[in-house]
Amino acid sequence: MRDLVVGLFVLAGMGAVAYLSFNVGGLSYGGPGGLTLYASFDQTGGLKTRAPVVISGVKVGQVVEVTLGDDYRARVAIDVDQGLELPIDTSASITTAGILGDRYIALQLGGEEEILREGEDISFTESAVILERLIGQLVHGTDVGSGGGPDAAATDPENSNADSGT
Amino acid sequence: MIRLVREIGAATVRFVEELGQLGVFAGAIVRSTVSPPVRVRLFVAELFKLGVLSLIIVCVCGLAVGMVLSLQGYNTLVRFGAEESLGAVVGLSLVRELGPVLTALLTTGRAGSATAAEIGTMVATEQLDGLRMMSVDPIDLVVTPKALAMIVVMPLLSALFIVSGLAGGYLVGVEMMGVDSGNYVSSLRASIDFYDDVAGSLLKALVFGMLTGLIATHRGYTCTPNSAGVSAATTSTVVVGSVSILISDYFITALWGV
Amino acid sequence: MRGTEARHEAQVAFSNVGMSFGRREVFRSLSCGFPAGKLSVILGGSGSGKSTMLRLMGGLVRPSSGTIRVADTDVTTLSESRLFEVRQKLGMMFQGGALLDALTVFDNLALPLRERADMSEAEIADLVHARLEAVGLADVDDLLPGQLSGGMVKRVAVARATMMQPAILLCDEPFSGLDPISAARIERLLLGINRDHGITVILVSHSVASTLRMADHVLILLPDGPIEGSPTTLASATDPRVRAFLGGEVDETLIGGGEDPVPSGLLS
Repeated sequence: MRDLVVGLFVLAGMGAVAYLSFNVGGLSYGGPGGLTLYASFDQTGGLKTRAPVVISGVKVGQVVEVTLGDDYRARVAIDVDQGLELPIDTSASITTAGILGDRYIALQLGGEEEILREGEDISFTESAVILERLIGQLVHGTDVGSGGGPDAAATDPENSNADSGT
Repeated sequence: MIRLVREIGAATVRFVEELGQLGVFAGAIVRSTVSPPVRVRLFVAELFKLGVLSLIIVCVCGLAVGMVLSLQGYNTLVRFGAEESLGAVVGLSLVRELGPVLTALLTTGRAGSATAAEIGTMVATEQLDGLRMMSVDPIDLVVTPKALAMIVVMPLLSALFIVSGLAGGYLVGVEMMGVDSGNYVSSLRASIDFYDDVAGSLLKALVFGMLTGLIATHRGYTCTPNSAGVSAATTSTVVVGSVSILISDYFITALWGV
Repeated sequence: MRGTEARHEAQVAFSNVGMSFGRREVFRSLSCGFPAGKLSVILGGSGSGKSTMLRLMGGLVRPSSGTIRVADTDVTTLSESRLFEVRQKLGMMFQGGALLDALTVFDNLALPLRERADMSEAEIADLVHARLEAVGLADVDDLLPGQLSGGMVKRVAVARATMMQPAILLCDEPFSGLDPISAARIERLLLGINRDHGITVILVSHSVASTLRMADHVLILLPDGPIEGSPTTLASATDPRVRAFLGGEVDETLIGGGEDPVPSGLLS
């Protein structure tokens, strides 16, 4: 009887550990063999490693590394599901969950036939919008439209002409 | 002035001595762990006493802490219009800090003090001397199963605390405050990473389990053999145990960034 | 049983033993011996260090000076693991019984066999029941020590102390807290162990009457040193302190007093 109760306790505890690890902590994701891609940005806005990479709001991968590239722009390595067939004109934008939330990378699929291979660069990128800079522009009345406002930047990269397609 | 310096010196010597004794004691526990016999039955009995009997208090406290966190978090976040991050706030606080630390404090108070009192009583009633006279090592038979069970039990209890807390947070945030369920869960999942958060949380719980197990058994084992000694051992287990949990929590957080 | 083979003049010998707890000195330079195969009784006032002597023999405490030989081994300097070998020859009955209160009577008695002897469970059960029968107990297998009376605890403690067939049996206050009938039963039990099996018995006691009845050899611990002798020589001694002690006219100034050095069995 006591053994049974102890067994149940241990199982419940292990279950809780497994739930936290796999379901909440996302341990199953990010194993080896994923598709690694690179993207360069003028401004990452504090993008961290393991920030999620999403397509249409669905998490498909995460940021592996953020380094300074040879051209003195931020070079971000992302690791996404291997099975994804991303057209070569796919664009990546750094956006924010809510106004003050964490940064993440959203991918917008292009229309080309050719797809991105392991280790290739995503050439169309859109940098993070820095809220303080936007407010500064508002206050000083300079070219408010270029930033597109936080909402536009977060959801609609087509409208913002900040620095895509380098 | 000189007396003050001498007092400080004496206190330092006592502290180092105690640390040394604790180290020797820990060494004896490790030695009896790796050398046969393996005492499965005693170990299971201790899992029951330390784990199963602490389960209810840990789950209830976890639920309550999760609910309060969610309520407080919601009231703060809603001012910035960031209530969709509620899951992240509740989850991160629970996984990184509150889960392991509060579980360890509760377990020290409940199971650690009971362990110290039990061993202390055995010292006071000469039960451990009785074992020695029968050529049975009391560390092997009495201390090791308790200390090991504490190490195993702590991460399990901590995980259960966190899951209860997440459930409590969900209950208040989603059911009462009306945060979108999808938002709550996705912000929780997005903010918590296995390597950064969950593994560190388990590491903390493991270290706290070692500390509590070691301190509780050592205090009981070295207790003055009378009822006042048993009560002093129990009290100092809770005090020393809690303080060392909080101090080590700071260092683990600082060194591993958990 | 063993014990009969090893008939040295003194199986347990103290020479110049000094012992103190903190600042309180219990012995300065104690020398005495306990003959093999005999029943010896240590008498003394509270705090005279009677129980401490038994604990010294078992190596549970170490003296500040001097040597203690138990069955030709000096136990004062042995490591804990070497002490385990010496203790195989010793059985000790503690004042409060010192039975593990988490285990049943059966498991308490079986513990030393399971730990130290290479025996099957059936052999262990047979031996445990034989020992319980020898101390006049039956149907107590599944009881916990807390469910036993004081006299029964003492008898179980005697049974446990003889479980490993010791050459020397040490008993700390075997008669304390017992009614006269239970005390007489324990007295017969210990006499039987000594007379029938030739085991050396060393016991610490307050009871002068039973001491004079049982003992082959008596050691009286007095503040200014021990006095040894057989019950008959001590009974006819002219020393006023011995007379006071044996006559029961206990004068604290003569025989010393104070607290028990090791407050034992407080919670039992």
